[in-house]
Amino acid sequence: MSLSRRINAPGLATFAVLILLWEVSTRLDPVMGAYLPPVSRILQSLFQLALSRELFAHLTVTLGRFLAGYILAAVIAVALGIILGYFRRAYNLCEIVIELLRPMPSVAIIPVAILMLGIGNATIVAVTVYASAWPILINTIDGVRNIDRTLLDTGRTFGLGRWRILRAIALPAALPYIVTGLRVSLSVALILVTTGEMVVGSSGLGFFILDEERSLRTSNMYAGIALVSLLGYALNRLFVWLDATAMKWHRGMTARETL
Amino acid sequence: MSWDSESKLNGVAVLLGVVAAWEIASRAEVVNPLFIPPMTKILRSFFTLVAAGDIPAQILTSMKRAAAGYLLAAAVFIPLGVALGLFEKIRRMLEIAIEMARPIPPPVVVPVAMLFFGLGDGMKIFVICFSCAWPILLNTLDGVKNVDRVLIYTARTFGLSRGKLIARVILPAASPQIATGLRISLGITLILVVISEMAGRSDGIGYFLLASQRRFKVDQMYAGMLSLALLGYLLNLLFLAATNTLLSWHRGMLGAER
Amino acid sequence: MAILEVEALSKSYRQAGGESTPAIQEISFQVDQGEFVSLVGPSGCGKTTLLMCLAGLLAPSGGRVVVNGKKVDGPPPNLVLVFQEYNRSLFAWRTVLGNVLFGLEAKKNSSRDTEKKAKHLLGLVGLEGFERHYPWELSGGMQQRVAIARALAYEPEVLLMDEPFGSVDAMTRLELEDSLLKLWKELKTTILFVTHDIEEAIYLSDRIQVLGRRPSRVIGGVAVPLSRPRDQLATRADGRFMELRNEIYRQISGDGVS
Repeated sequence: MSLSRRINAPGLATFAVLILLWEVSTRLDPVMGAYLPPVSRILQSLFQLALSRELFAHLTVTLGRFLAGYILAAVIAVALGIILGYFRRAYNLCEIVIELLRPMPSVAIIPVAILMLGIGNATIVAVTVYASAWPILINTIDGVRNIDRTLLDTGRTFGLGRWRILRAIALPAALPYIVTGLRVSLSVALILVTTGEMVVGSSGLGFFILDEERSLRTSNMYAGIALVSLLGYALNRLFVWLDATAMKWHRGMTARETL
Repeated sequence: MSWDSESKLNGVAVLLGVVAAWEIASRAEVVNPLFIPPMTKILRSFFTLVAAGDIPAQILTSMKRAAAGYLLAAAVFIPLGVALGLFEKIRRMLEIAIEMARPIPPPVVVPVAMLFFGLGDGMKIFVICFSCAWPILLNTLDGVKNVDRVLIYTARTFGLSRGKLIARVILPAASPQIATGLRISLGITLILVVISEMAGRSDGIGYFLLASQRRFKVDQMYAGMLSLALLGYLLNLLFLAATNTLLSWHRGMLGAER
Repeated sequence: MAILEVEALSKSYRQAGGESTPAIQEISFQVDQGEFVSLVGPSGCGKTTLLMCLAGLLAPSGGRVVVNGKKVDGPPPNLVLVFQEYNRSLFAWRTVLGNVLFGLEAKKNSSRDTEKKAKHLLGLVGLEGFERHYPWELSGGMQQRVAIARALAYEPEVLLMDEPFGSVDAMTRLELEDSLLKLWKELKTTILFVTHDIEEAIYLSDRIQVLGRRPSRVIGGVAVPLSRPRDQLATRADGRFMELRNEIYRQISGDGVS
């Protein structure tokens, strides 16, 4: 593969032209500039906010809530998903409750959370857990259910117990589904954290963005949006990297086992 | 068969059990009835609000916004996705710009939209359209890009014009994946209409929920949630029914491959 | 009278390094109106590239193709290409009848008896009663019959076939060969048939062009003097059949193995 293919020159050029158009048009039209400041001013705000550490503090808060909610959701949903996927009877018992709750847009539980947990961290984390648990749960159930019966039967003929089958066969076989669920939930969790911060927060990037909008410090608002997008992007890349690394490790391990 | 329907029956029993436990716990004040009112009270509130037309009116308001944003997104981003899927040059040109815009979490677009459109319908429609853009655009792009070369060559040997080739061959071939994008967007639309109405502070079911909570009309709040759940369920059902009819060939094909 | 003329046709592909490697080189031959001609050659010798150039789907690097006195630049209106991959070339969202109708629609044949015509063609390929089925519900051989019926619905003067029976089992293959001969006799279409199966080529054709290894060029050819109608047992048992087979085999293997 040649270098010119890896570096997307037309893509970069288009992007540069768009940024330039943004910069010039917002400078030429001050009314427009009030709503959408020039890129240079947004970058300047981002820089200043970074120096004053104000934005950094909000970022840490958001990241903390995100991690708490996401990890909790992952642990709960994977465990529950394996049980519901593996034990058909358990699933049948819960099916109606799941089918009733699933289609409700997850943000609708924000008022309930406010009611019970007040306005603060607990509410934001709780709604994040609730919302991001769904994709993981559904994918895990699907994954465990779609495991080839012969795979499980093979385990049984080797005289493995239920627990060993679950751990040694069901979990690895369902892993690709679980990873898909975890990936979808990554953006769901970020959506819920920022929404929560906008509705009930007094800190965090979501709060910051809304607050700057209300105070009409628009370049600060865009700086906040840039940062939260960067956070989302970085989390996604980290996830992809972890996934690839884990897969490599996993493949290496299985390769060694066959030797 | 008996085993399965028996446990389905047990499922209903579990649901009734949960509802009964809820009712008793609330009435016996095991849980705070101010936060978790008895189920009967919630249901009564739900039926009253439905009968009085409050909930239907709010749902209708929300649905109008949702439909506008959703359809706008489909009208803009399906054609764009087709163009990007067909022409590698355009795709490469816009690739980086799309990569940069995609990670923006949709809720943080709400303040931006408020800046441009105020608190009205325009803001909500914009936010919904923005959030639906990605699943629709990227799925359409992928579907079109992956249409089998042999299929396209075949159609071309029949002397089809470019327009007919897109309408008769490429769009139908990509339609399952376009439908996937539209389905994902349906869920996103519901979430974003609620979020934008919570921020919008005037009407719609999202506002209704938050306002009920703030005014401490807890049974109304739960009734609102119930109606949202029903709405989501119904929309999903409708969508599935529509795609099952329109794309029955695709389901059949997948089944045949198994 | 020659309906298809190929004159010094060449096609090179650009490699990753920037240098170009030729796939076909200076190929020239002619096919007369109503003739059944086969192209045989070793696998991967660029036969598909050649057909794509003939069908106007690929621009040649040199030389030219003339169909019915007109130079080819883009898919010619009186020529259709049938691919080996029937499961990739049929429209999965159309029924068997719908697929055949596609060929008629493409001809802009708006007369009301199109459906009757399509059914007639399906009868000719032995698929009456399967009109309402979807392609993926049929076996491979039947799917290729649909593809052939669809191609014939377009009423092409020249039918190009790219190893059309390469993906079906041996028994089905013999049946399809006989069906094709019957259709050819009935519709008097000119057929250019590509295969790497020497016996299939002899069994079907009036004349055979032999292609060499990549970059492929015409390295020989034989006329097939066997009488028609042909019969899978009698024709193949004919002494001349064996001689032709050996002759073609000699021509191919004589083409310096590199």
